[in-house]
Amino acid sequence: MSQIIHDEHPILMKGNEALAEASLRAGLQAYFGYPITPQSEILEYLSEQAPNRKDTVVLQAESEVASINMVYGAAGAGARVMTTSSSPGISLMQEGISYIAAAELPCLIANVQRGGPGLGTIQPSQGDYFQATKGGGHGDYHIVVLAPSSVQEMADFVFDGFRLAEEYRMPTMILSDGALGQMMEKIYLPKDGSLPKSEKPWATVGKPKSRERNYITSLHIEPDKMETINIHLQDKYRKLKKEIRFELTNVEDADIILVAFGLSARICSKVMELARAKGLNVGVFRPITLYPFPYEALASYADPMRMFLTVEMNAGQMVEDVRLAVNGKCPVYFKGRMGGMIPTPEEILLEVEAMAEKQRITNQSAGYL
Amino acid sequence: MNDVINGQMEVVYHKPETLTDTPMHYCPGCGHGAIHRILMEVIDEMGIAEQTVGIAPVGCSVLAYHYMNVDMQEAPHGRASAVATGVRRVLPEKYIYSYQGDGDLAAIGTGETIHTVNRGENILMVFVNNGIYGMTGGQMAPTSLCGMITSTSPYGRDAHHVGYPIKITEMIAQLPGAYYVARHSVHTPAAVRKLKKAFKASFEFQKQKKGTCFIEVVSNCPSGWKMTPIEANAWMEKNMLPYFQPGDIKVPAAMK
Repeated sequence: MSQIIHDEHPILMKGNEALAEASLRAGLQAYFGYPITPQSEILEYLSEQAPNRKDTVVLQAESEVASINMVYGAAGAGARVMTTSSSPGISLMQEGISYIAAAELPCLIANVQRGGPGLGTIQPSQGDYFQATKGGGHGDYHIVVLAPSSVQEMADFVFDGFRLAEEYRMPTMILSDGALGQMMEKIYLPKDGSLPKSEKPWATVGKPKSRERNYITSLHIEPDKMETINIHLQDKYRKLKKEIRFELTNVEDADIILVAFGLSARICSKVMELARAKGLNVGVFRPITLYPFPYEALASYADPMRMFLTVEMNAGQMVEDVRLAVNGKCPVYFKGRMGGMIPTPEEILLEVEAMAEKQRITNQSAGYL
Repeated sequence: MNDVINGQMEVVYHKPETLTDTPMHYCPGCGHGAIHRILMEVIDEMGIAEQTVGIAPVGCSVLAYHYMNVDMQEAPHGRASAVATGVRRVLPEKYIYSYQGDGDLAAIGTGETIHTVNRGENILMVFVNNGIYGMTGGQMAPTSLCGMITSTSPYGRDAHHVGYPIKITEMIAQLPGAYYVARHSVHTPAAVRKLKKAFKASFEFQKQKKGTCFIEVVSNCPSGWKMTPIEANAWMEKNMLPYFQPGDIKVPAAMK
């Protein structure tokens, strides 16, 4: 990951507004969006700021379907472009995201998740993990998924997101949630104009006589050609592995490792504190890139003397990837709340204590202690 | 243009540079070939090819970017005008057109069509109406005439069951964002000349940033209608044109 240059002075900002301000500072050229709670502040903030930014167009579309297709057009024309929404709106965008991934265009999408399924609730959730990390739309594709766990990262990941999107020519998603979008924290904003522009020789900007026409399409009728495109995409996804990011806290001596992303990871930090105060060796493994997922790093901490507890605000989605990574080398437990409910550190601590007790009994009967 | 070859023959007709050498996949007698040709001829003659970006739809003209020698994007089904909006907003000085059929523009893409025109996006929207889904094998379109037999209306379109053929061009003409709205066809040389004039006027209005120009072209589908090309044109003239009447629908004062 590249180094982001920040302002010297901090500012108190709401997550959604920090993301919006960071996008302007990242040289956003076009934003298309549609109101939906809990992310409307992004559209509102950008609409207010647009007149001060002559190189940025901000347009409220008639639907999320239109938004993502405007993104498709603007990205194809070479612009640094973003859209944001929340869970039901992101579902509506999936067809367009599949096209953008297939046509290999860069764009940034933020999902400020809310509880589902259906119209659900406006409270925070992590229920769109599968949708974000496994493709979401039709066909074999992935998008880069970054999971912030603070307002600072809501801003920083805009810079990382645009860089990754442009370097790999694929959509990048910031997978946030309603709590991170609405909470206020002290942050250092990335410096205005500090994200370099990238060359886009493939963009449709009008064909000079000196080159062949550029055309952007995801249609390849001949199956052998379409397979070639798929092989190319899969090669790209393999190369993406070098961008894997995760954060480790106290894992080296940990008997129990909490695995959590985004808001859940923040709660787990508190759980770790409480557990350590009770003499339990607990650490936190926080995946930051949810795609590409840090399978190998997780696997390196899996041994029979340890236990993993995956904590998510859903019915158990990332836990499937954690189990894949661990591959049976140690027990993986799951604690989740759904439908917009946020787990408390205390209720997670109860799980941790129960696990620690099981661990103690197992170790005792095995004669380790 | 009128080059003399060998002192005897002169070139009176040639392919514009804005068309590629790729053979078109359209069925014999289909109107798309003529409409492509006229559109690209206008772009060629106006000398704006280097400043033009086109948007292809899903449908029979999905491969338009193989034939049109300008920068192009291929949009998801129904979304050509949203994609065109995205291009337009980041390339305010370029010439932008979208090219869609009736299922694409007037069924699945109705929302995008109405809102694009309502915003007065400064683009040319070309709407080819042949009253049928050609690419998928001849299903009923939003513009199929009442009583028209298609593979999904095998007993004829029943308005009580599926509604009447939609006159979307008249609908969008009501919107203040629509600057110039007209309906033409390509079944006779005279019709071709009128369409060419309309395309040219549209790009001139676009240069002046006047708003949306929307040109419907009533066309045929010999394969889908199960007719010879000559029969199809005759059927179109007898049945389609009385319902989808050719002519100007909304004309700026400058053109009157």
